[in-house]
Amino acid sequence: MRIATALLLLAGLLGIAMLVAAVVGPYRIPPLEVVSALFGHGPKAAETVLWRIRLPRILAALLAGAALAAAGAAYQAVFRNPLVSPDILGVSSGAGLGAVIGILFGLPVVLIQLVGFAGGLATVAAVALLARTLRGGGDVLVLVLAGIVVGALAGAAISLVKVLADPYDQLPAITFWLLGSLAGIKAADVLAVLPAVLLGLAPLVALRWRIGVLSLGEDEARALGVEARRLRAIVIAGATLATAAVVAIAGIVGWVGLMVPHMARLLVGPRFDRLLPASILLGAAFMVAVDTLARTAARIEMPLGVLTAAIGGPIFVWLLARSRRLS
Amino acid sequence: MIRLLVALLVLVAAPSWARVVVDSAGRSVEVPERITRVLAAGPPASVLLYVLAPETMLGWSRAPRQPELTYLQPAVRGLPETGRLTGRGDTLNLERLIAEKPDIVVDFGTIADTYRSLADRVQAQSGIPYLLIDGSFAATPAALRLLGDVLGVMPRAEALARAAERIFADVDRTVAAMPAERRPRVYLARSMLGLETGSRGSINTEIIERVGAINVVEGLREKGGLVAVSPEQVLAWAPGVIITLDPAFADHARIDPVWRPVPAVAEGRIYLAPGLPFGFIDAPPSVNRLIGLTWLLHKLYPDKAAGNLRAEVRDFYRLFYQVDVTDPDLDRLLAGG
Repeated sequence: MRIATALLLLAGLLGIAMLVAAVVGPYRIPPLEVVSALFGHGPKAAETVLWRIRLPRILAALLAGAALAAAGAAYQAVFRNPLVSPDILGVSSGAGLGAVIGILFGLPVVLIQLVGFAGGLATVAAVALLARTLRGGGDVLVLVLAGIVVGALAGAAISLVKVLADPYDQLPAITFWLLGSLAGIKAADVLAVLPAVLLGLAPLVALRWRIGVLSLGEDEARALGVEARRLRAIVIAGATLATAAVVAIAGIVGWVGLMVPHMARLLVGPRFDRLLPASILLGAAFMVAVDTLARTAARIEMPLGVLTAAIGGPIFVWLLARSRRLS
Repeated sequence: MIRLLVALLVLVAAPSWARVVVDSAGRSVEVPERITRVLAAGPPASVLLYVLAPETMLGWSRAPRQPELTYLQPAVRGLPETGRLTGRGDTLNLERLIAEKPDIVVDFGTIADTYRSLADRVQAQSGIPYLLIDGSFAATPAALRLLGDVLGVMPRAEALARAAERIFADVDRTVAAMPAERRPRVYLARSMLGLETGSRGSINTEIIERVGAINVVEGLREKGGLVAVSPEQVLAWAPGVIITLDPAFADHARIDPVWRPVPAVAEGRIYLAPGLPFGFIDAPPSVNRLIGLTWLLHKLYPDKAAGNLRAEVRDFYRLFYQVDVTDPDLDRLLAGG
């Protein structure tokens, strides 16, 4: 498939997903009323639902999917490992730890999000520092192992917070947070994370050629004048920034960062300069669709973490089976 | 000589192991004649034990926090936190349980095979009698009488059980006089964002359903539980009353444009449930919910509920918690949170 066609197709998919998401929901608004509410002529309640609840949530899903998929694609490129996801350096467990501590101390929602964001960044910074101290040369394997160690520590600390939490009040809040959800999203949340996501994704887009070269191998990259260590540091910083921002408002959403880049690779091939835009579009469309399912499948909210794993898992297995047949 | 030893042994052993009681799960448990040290297996049991015989408490399953202390007897305020026995994820260590030397362990809650086997296991391992008491709301008077009998505080237990029966009778009378179309549709808003709730049949919303209100949240299962919902879904349900446990949410819902179209918010029928020293709605699901019933009756049917809420709360606290609540403390309590 030609790259332009593929990207156009994905953009169309995203458009359809957003359109469907805007029209369906537990609060019934006839499609015509959706249009009039969009232009500020609808009934008051329909306008509130559309402008203050549905649209911010759709935008948040779009941002989350785009950020997680782009971060995943970038991680897989610089680690040259298709099984790597943005969680590998502990950003999700770190953000989770920050947020559950915020819940334990009964902080306001905005502060919980902020602590979660800071926790994600701090965890990856700690991992990078640990890896540097152990091996000055910046060995990838040491970096990943440090990520696993620090991530496991953060996971253990989350469990400790759960034991300390009030079982009737805080524990359910912690559980729901860790499952991931966009149910409480407001326009202000979207505006708050937008700069971080853009700032995080900008270097990935700007450096897409070099990242592509790096994904061929460090020796090849060096031969072509790409400084592997510095580039990897920039990519990790950018991807972590975007992921931490998204996790701070959506909770832990697994699978998207791991699975969407693989689907995109099937469509446009492994070249990173093509893979990145395809991953961004596909991730956004997937997330908008999954979130629509999360809020309409039942009268209660289905947790995003459950849906992405339930849908992502089978697709991932199918991809693995397919790739074995190809090779 | 041997005869003397045997006689001594019998003398020491006999009076303390003289009774067999049958608990709510139908288990026959041997308990000492005189019980002075009791350990609660979880927060609901702590409350049950506190209202019946605070002097026998070895500690709190979860120790009371600062604002709650005013509403508890001075003698129990400083008791240590003993943790909980829940099967998996216990925070109460068995060795510590034995070191506390309780005469009995009491658990108050759902009677399911899980808890029955847990009780048997803990009892076999520790050698300490373990009583399971049915914690279903309707069985509250029976629970008070059962534990009261075991602890030998029968006159008090009978008085509390009668008071509980009176509260249930008041509710039944008021609800029976209420035509079906006047039953309010209620949403229970938990957590800061108010998007956590209990679905129909959950222990969290049991008392809302008990006062004849309709819980708007239909769950996925018959027996409900805690669930998360979206603000759009709440708008679609259009509840006429919101009960919340979180002061932050109560303030936030009144000014947030997202919640404004909800009838309960538009009509100012959003009520913050009191929670001192124990929750009025569900935390923990124990004897404390009785006063929650009275409170709900006054909030949901202001023109039908008999009596004065302040006086009833004060009487309840005097009878059950054995504390005299001053006017400022009563104001603080009823302000909620």
